[in-house]
Amino acid sequence: MAKKYEKPKMVPVPSHSIIPERDIDKSPILECQHLGIDFGGLRAVDDFNLTIGRTEIAGLIGPNGAGKTTVFNLLTKVYQPTRGTIMLDGIDTAGKTTAQINRMGIARTFQNIRLFTNLSVEDNVKIGLHNQEPYSMLTGIFRLPKYWRQERAAHERALELLSIFDMQDMADAKAGSLPYGAQRRLEIVRALATNPSLMLLDEPAAGMNPSETAELMDNIIKIRDTFRIAIMLIEHDMNLVMGVCEGICVLNFGQIIAKGTAEEIQSNPAVIEAYLGKKKGA
Amino acid sequence: MSILSNLINGISLGSVYAIIALGYTMVYGIAKMLNFAHGDVIMVGAYVSFFAVGSFGLPPVVGLLLSVAVCTVLGIVIEGLAYRPLRQAPSLAVLITAIGVSYFLQNSALLLWKSDTKIFPNFFAYTDAAGETHNSISLFGGQLTVTYVAIFTVVICIIIMLGLTWFTGRTKLGKAMRACSEDKGAAQLMGINVNRTISMTFAIGSALAGVAAVLLCSAYQTLTPTTGSMPGIKAFTAAVFGGIGSIPGAFLGGILLGVIETFAKVFNTQISDAVVFAVLIIILLVKPSGLLGKTSREKV
Repeated sequence: MAKKYEKPKMVPVPSHSIIPERDIDKSPILECQHLGIDFGGLRAVDDFNLTIGRTEIAGLIGPNGAGKTTVFNLLTKVYQPTRGTIMLDGIDTAGKTTAQINRMGIARTFQNIRLFTNLSVEDNVKIGLHNQEPYSMLTGIFRLPKYWRQERAAHERALELLSIFDMQDMADAKAGSLPYGAQRRLEIVRALATNPSLMLLDEPAAGMNPSETAELMDNIIKIRDTFRIAIMLIEHDMNLVMGVCEGICVLNFGQIIAKGTAEEIQSNPAVIEAYLGKKKGA
Repeated sequence: MSILSNLINGISLGSVYAIIALGYTMVYGIAKMLNFAHGDVIMVGAYVSFFAVGSFGLPPVVGLLLSVAVCTVLGIVIEGLAYRPLRQAPSLAVLITAIGVSYFLQNSALLLWKSDTKIFPNFFAYTDAAGETHNSISLFGGQLTVTYVAIFTVVICIIIMLGLTWFTGRTKLGKAMRACSEDKGAAQLMGINVNRTISMTFAIGSALAGVAAVLLCSAYQTLTPTTGSMPGIKAFTAAVFGGIGSIPGAFLGGILLGVIETFAKVFNTQISDAVVFAVLIIILLVKPSGLLGKTSREKV
């Protein structure tokens, strides 16, 4: 059974969403309005409205093929939305590239791990730190003092981030040689290194055993509390979702069918129908 | 002594191949495309330095720098105009475009500079007070002659090779390049501007072509609009030979190819190219990813 984490009261906001009460005096980190994308004639995602509070842990669930990863791809501009707006920290993200979105504050991990497998663990994290080392190419080529200073700072920062997951001893290993669970954790560290204000985790617990999942839940809470960021996760492990997520959003056939707290979602008939099908004769 | 002399010639020729192959391999490693116009960029660089030194009488160093500068800009322009719009296109379309760019450059050169063979001045020779030209040093009492251009080629090649290894391993842009070469999508999501990174790769590869232009033409002293194509293909072979995408592989492949070609020429000039490509076929049969290439195992 999943550990119960302390959950805040969720309160409604003008955009017909709910965010944790502690975030109510701050503007939300993410606001999606009528977001949608078509692939040819297929409406993959339609009328997606969501608001995420500054330090909220939000969950995005739904049956296979519901469009959850598509939503992540829309948020990070891997796909350009057909309709709707995405406001990140009050700024419209229309026309931004994926790299710019990352610099604006969204970082993500992938459903199937996509580390730079031939690079060392530390270099993977340093690539995440990349956009925060503002030395120019000339500084790098001539190895001016600034280069050394910033490279040392990056090295220390990388080890510090790795130590969240107790991985600092693996810094020199090749990323591809790490065991599966460690690769998943490294992906989270690499995303954190880009200094996000919103981190998207795509099935972070996939392939983990129950004790690894429990540890992951602790770490998600720990990351939120240490970095004061919002986290949105896609997950099929309901223990994890119900255990850590404050606001949960259920997607089916590209449409939001329910939004609410864990308790509300669990008793929502539309959700039960989406997952288990209609009751006979109902 | 003739073996030693051939070996030195081979290593020197191989070093030129290696410098060109580095351009192929870097572009392939990061953009996953074969830039068949690379050889013709060399030709353009050679013409630029030929006119700078031959017609305007500028010092050879300026000729070299001009060649590098023009090639760098040309590389960035080619990438931006011809290849960038095709980033999402199938690789075959990019390949055909590269061949098209190659012909475009050759024919533009033909139009601009005519087909007659230009005699390229040797940049690595000097005339002493008595009016005698020196272009080589004699060793072992005149039994072994090594040209300056051969020495410079090998030294420059080693410097470039070490520089690139350090660059890709240690600098921010180098790391961004390696990240792009592994997974462009993930790199983008880490805030790396993939288009700019690819553009920089072309710039570096083409700058190397500018260096190769001067070295190659100083050694052979002839220049036509098709000068770049054969060394280009040989260097491409060298890159595949060493394992395309690998920087030490391009170096090793280039040197080996140069040495094999030179020794094959000693036995029979006409079949030297056949020998080179036969060796390539054998290597690829035994080790399909090239000498230092990584074998990517498909996960089931």
